[in-house]
Amino acid sequence: MMKKFVKTGLLIGLLSSTLSFAQDTIKIGFVGTLSGANAAWGTSNVRSMETSAEIYNQQGGVEIGNKKYNIEIVSFDDAYDPKIAVAGMEKMAQQGIKYVVGPNDDAQAIAVRPIAERNHIAYFPYAFNKSLYKKPANYAVFGMIASYQWEPSVYKWLQDNKNVKSVSFIAANASDSLNQRDNGIKIAEDLGLDVLEAKATYKADTRDFFSVMTPIIKKKPDLLVLSGVSPATAPLIIKTVRQLGFKGYMAAGTALDAGILEEGAGDAANGFICQGGADDSIQSDKMRDWISHYTKKFGEYNDEANTKVFALEYILAVMKSNPKAITSADEFLKTVDSRWSAPNLFFKDENAKLKFVGKTSFGQDRQLGVPLTPKIYENGKFKTLFVGSAD
Amino acid sequence: MEQILLNGLITGAQYALIALGLTLIFSLMNILNFAHGQMYVLGAFITYYIYGKLGMPFIVAVIASGLTLALIGAIFEKYLFNTVLKRSVREESTMLLAAGTAFFLDSLILIIFGEKQRSVPALVEGVFFGEDYGLDIIIPINRIVIGIIAIVMIVAFILFMQYSKPGRAMRALAQDKTAAQLMGVNLDRYSLIGFALGAMLAGVAGSLLVTITGVNSGIGGGISIQAFTMIMIGGAGVISGAILGGFILGLVEAFGLYYLPGDITYLTIFVGLMIFLTLRPQGLMGKPWG
Repeated sequence: MMKKFVKTGLLIGLLSSTLSFAQDTIKIGFVGTLSGANAAWGTSNVRSMETSAEIYNQQGGVEIGNKKYNIEIVSFDDAYDPKIAVAGMEKMAQQGIKYVVGPNDDAQAIAVRPIAERNHIAYFPYAFNKSLYKKPANYAVFGMIASYQWEPSVYKWLQDNKNVKSVSFIAANASDSLNQRDNGIKIAEDLGLDVLEAKATYKADTRDFFSVMTPIIKKKPDLLVLSGVSPATAPLIIKTVRQLGFKGYMAAGTALDAGILEEGAGDAANGFICQGGADDSIQSDKMRDWISHYTKKFGEYNDEANTKVFALEYILAVMKSNPKAITSADEFLKTVDSRWSAPNLFFKDENAKLKFVGKTSFGQDRQLGVPLTPKIYENGKFKTLFVGSAD
Repeated sequence: MEQILLNGLITGAQYALIALGLTLIFSLMNILNFAHGQMYVLGAFITYYIYGKLGMPFIVAVIASGLTLALIGAIFEKYLFNTVLKRSVREESTMLLAAGTAFFLDSLILIIFGEKQRSVPALVEGVFFGEDYGLDIIIPINRIVIGIIAIVMIVAFILFMQYSKPGRAMRALAQDKTAAQLMGVNLDRYSLIGFALGAMLAGVAGSLLVTITGVNSGIGGGISIQAFTMIMIGGAGVISGAILGGFILGLVEAFGLYYLPGDITYLTIFVGLMIFLTLRPQGLMGKPWG
């Protein structure tokens, strides 16, 4: 009798544990840069996704259509190389993954486009090239605010509030940076700013900027724009130009980490303006808890994650509205095109919404509605200048 | 003009220091150490933790970086390169092994030290303004100090190679292995010492330059390419050539970047390098017969 009881108990235990392991899993891919000098871009993406996935999984999964799903992140390092990015997207397609966050740069994002479109994969690049999001392109959804959306309001703010009249541009010799520089020059000219330097570039692997920056600073611009600057390069340029006696403002249309600026440039970074996200001044308690979880999981936080927290949340929120999107990116895009919105729990503003934008820049809603929050570095911390949005 | 010249000389001293270890290993063993840049990065990270994080004296960090890299270099030589050299006469075997060690160190550094850019406080704060002395110069004092240390280390290295017993033995091996062995020079021992010394120089260069340029785990490949460029100019395997190559590259960069856009400067440098190598493949100080 006792033996039978034990056997039945074991059988029930085994069955229930099997059932719990059998809980459905939603796989979300990442193809982006996790190694090399620009590794910080992709790493903050993956870590943001893994943090969110862990939070959901610890709660028993994310509930979609009365069913709970575990979230699994499948990441692939494209090493900042379009050829490798193509291999990564092929891998995602072979695994039947329908949503891929990344890539982090124009060249890689353009390279993976045919594979994503052929396999009906919705992907979320952090690349600024407009052709990715304009028709006939359909499957790419821009994951952040572009420099050409961010710069007009920032330059105007500097013109009106800080009496900025002249600007110089410096860009890495890479397609994304040069593209951002050219857009920035046009915006500055349209605003009536005097462009003192438009052609200066540096090799992407430059480490010592003294020779590069000397001729630019001699022209004494009021504003120096570091077009498409990488997290590794920004503190080096900032420190160098201050040492050369530059007293003006600096700006970059990319997101950067305050800790890295403090360690690499110290007070020299005061007056540096860059792109923000769910920053301190607008964060909800949920966002603060999320940051604590990230910090605990990875040992330190990266402010770039304030922008990168959103991609996975958008994907899951759309799935909650339309469960068919779990297995079909076309269903996902149908919802995107239906003027969909959902509460944005990462902002303290209770009326804040998750919604897709991009009509003005791309002619269709192919951009996450993340906040446009320029922030200025002051003594080790970023302070939000103003809160806006792309449309 | 003074500013451009000074920028070029200080950058050149840094470049020369980076290239020394690479050319030493090549001269002794005919190995192009593709992992040289990664060894530089490792040295820089060790200094970041010892000097930047633990707050210990900079000299302790430099010594720790140098010794750690010397040990790693010795292990690589004894268990990898020496083994391959004894088993294969094909030159590409060591090249492939060197590329493998570079990828290995790249991945290891990324896993251990993470993806973020890291920096340490300058050795000396402050900026020298030449205006007070009638000079058109602005230069951080830290760059001057590091430039001087780099030059002192280069001189010390040359003296070591010129007058010490191991230095003479390594030069003999570099000139003619067979003759040196016939004269009683122990090939295995001095190859090991030479590789360890080359790796140590990479680590020390990283340790010194982290105070100017910081470090992140992804810069190793770029540093190696920079070092290769210098030894191509100066002549592979020739110590004086690496130094000359470093200073020439530093000066050309400084003048080019001042008078030309960045992309044109580097295009000009590499086109010039190709033409130069076509006319003089052995570099400025190398001999055409090896």
